[in-house]
Amino acid sequence: MSKELTPLSDPGLSEHVHRKADVDPQAAKKAERQVGILFLLSVFGTLLFVYAYVGIDEDSFIFLPVLGSTNAHQLFLGLGLAIALFFIGMAAVHWAKVLMPDHEVIDHRKEQRSKDEERDDFVATVKERSAEAGLGRRPFIKRTMLLSLGLVGISPILLLGDLGPLPGDDQKKTNWKSGTRLLTDPGDRPIRPSDLEVGGVAQVQPELAAGKVRHLDDIAKDSVLLIRIRPEEFNLDAKRLSWTYEGIIAFSKICSHMGCAVALYEQTTKHLLCPCHQSTFDVTRAAKVIFGPSARALPQLPITVDSQGYLVAKEPFSEPVGPSFWRRNK
Amino acid sequence: MRFISKYRRHRFAAPLLLLGALFLAGLTYSAAQAVTRQATLSQSDKATLIAEGKEIFARGCSSCHGINAEGAGIGPSLVGVGAASVDFQVATGRMPVADMSQQIARKTPVYDDQEVAALAAYVASLAPGPAAVTNEELAWERDGNTAEGGELFRNNCSMCHNLAGQGGALTQGKYAPTVMGVEPRHIYEAMLTGPQAMPVFSETILTPQEKLSVIKWIKHAENEPALGGAALGRVGPVTEGLLAWVLGLGLLIGVAVWLTSKAR
Repeated sequence: MSKELTPLSDPGLSEHVHRKADVDPQAAKKAERQVGILFLLSVFGTLLFVYAYVGIDEDSFIFLPVLGSTNAHQLFLGLGLAIALFFIGMAAVHWAKVLMPDHEVIDHRKEQRSKDEERDDFVATVKERSAEAGLGRRPFIKRTMLLSLGLVGISPILLLGDLGPLPGDDQKKTNWKSGTRLLTDPGDRPIRPSDLEVGGVAQVQPELAAGKVRHLDDIAKDSVLLIRIRPEEFNLDAKRLSWTYEGIIAFSKICSHMGCAVALYEQTTKHLLCPCHQSTFDVTRAAKVIFGPSARALPQLPITVDSQGYLVAKEPFSEPVGPSFWRRNK
Repeated sequence: MRFISKYRRHRFAAPLLLLGALFLAGLTYSAAQAVTRQATLSQSDKATLIAEGKEIFARGCSSCHGINAEGAGIGPSLVGVGAASVDFQVATGRMPVADMSQQIARKTPVYDDQEVAALAAYVASLAPGPAAVTNEELAWERDGNTAEGGELFRNNCSMCHNLAGQGGALTQGKYAPTVMGVEPRHIYEAMLTGPQAMPVFSETILTPQEKLSVIKWIKHAENEPALGGAALGRVGPVTEGLLAWVLGLGLLIGVAVWLTSKAR
């Protein structure tokens, strides 16, 4: 226990190593030339840019290996500007690294707190100036100023109102009502059951009331995929089976996971796939989820035919379409 | 021999050997996959196209599809599939099948146009089905509408075949092939018959005129110039992101290393 620990001594700064250009005038000359050449390269880039803008036709294409056929106008505009800017930067950095003064400077940290007399001086100045402004003597100015400053603060609060209004039950309603015809999308033609062959599909939208325009907001909720398979291939309960028509079954195209359009239909496996996250739905079992992140089956649209033989919705969707949201089940 | 003993411990020897072995394996596979072209049938002694087709069928197709195209354990029945289906499957080389795995892929056709026509005539004679079309019949340049075709493609085709028609993956090794460079008649017949996993788009769901619009859009997309040069497969953010991250970030790292390196 007699051994005494000696604290490590401060090794100090390592010895300064001079750069080649600091000791050898030849090397300094060479470095100077390098920096100059870099600046000249930038000049070349700017000239290329100007030439591309003035001299190369907007529609001229050239063939480059790897890139293929490329628009020459765009290519040389971009390349010229890139070269011009890059080499200015490179020249500046190279200049600073090899030629600019190289002596090491130590700048110690300073005390953060101001000196006492400076602090006292500041307080005195504030007191003096506020007395000079005479707010105590002119109460009208003081009050109107406070009023205006207070009111101006209300305006941004008012703008928050644009975050609303709340959607209400918008998310739970679609344009599908009892008796709404199924129209091809695009084309807007009504569909007869005989139009769909076994193995066939159709992208459909609801027929809107005369004069009503279909907005993207409507398509985002109303899109439906119609699929026909052999009726004996269905594996449905009686209620869901009554929602189909001669092997034709209709599902909301909006994925119950994140709302992508689910329309990758494999005729051989009767699987419906979402292209975004690979949720897979089994058409024969009412779009039951058999793979992927989706939490529930795609909503099924009950369909039948009207007196003229066109496919119509029997009832609206029995549940909200699309991804989950708060109070979905309320 | 001295050459081998000299270089066998070289650091590139193992990777090169592996590459060579892989190349050889690939070569053997593709050689085995290629179906040998059958001798062209002589025309003179065949009375009708159907009889000729029946003959070709018996030789080349009946082992899977049954001697009367009634279907067997391996291949489905072809009664009622129509000439359109035969023309699509055989003229794009998908039939006869060389590789019976998940996807029956496009390859060099085994039969020439005349033999395909004979086969189609024979299968069409079994039961009515969609008729084959010829490129000349399809006046897509005149009757198609590119903008309408684009809307139809985005709504009906793009989820499987990619927004730019480059094709995409399906489940369990299946894929939707690219539609670039496909003959107009085969595009038309594919929509009409729904080959493999593809659903059917009947003439009332996608009218003949709408099908021509789809073809016109596809042909337009084929000739779309790549303004930025390399199109990177036109599959969107995957290849673009890969390039941006690897090349762009690599470049930035290089610059950062140079910036902080001490000058000598």
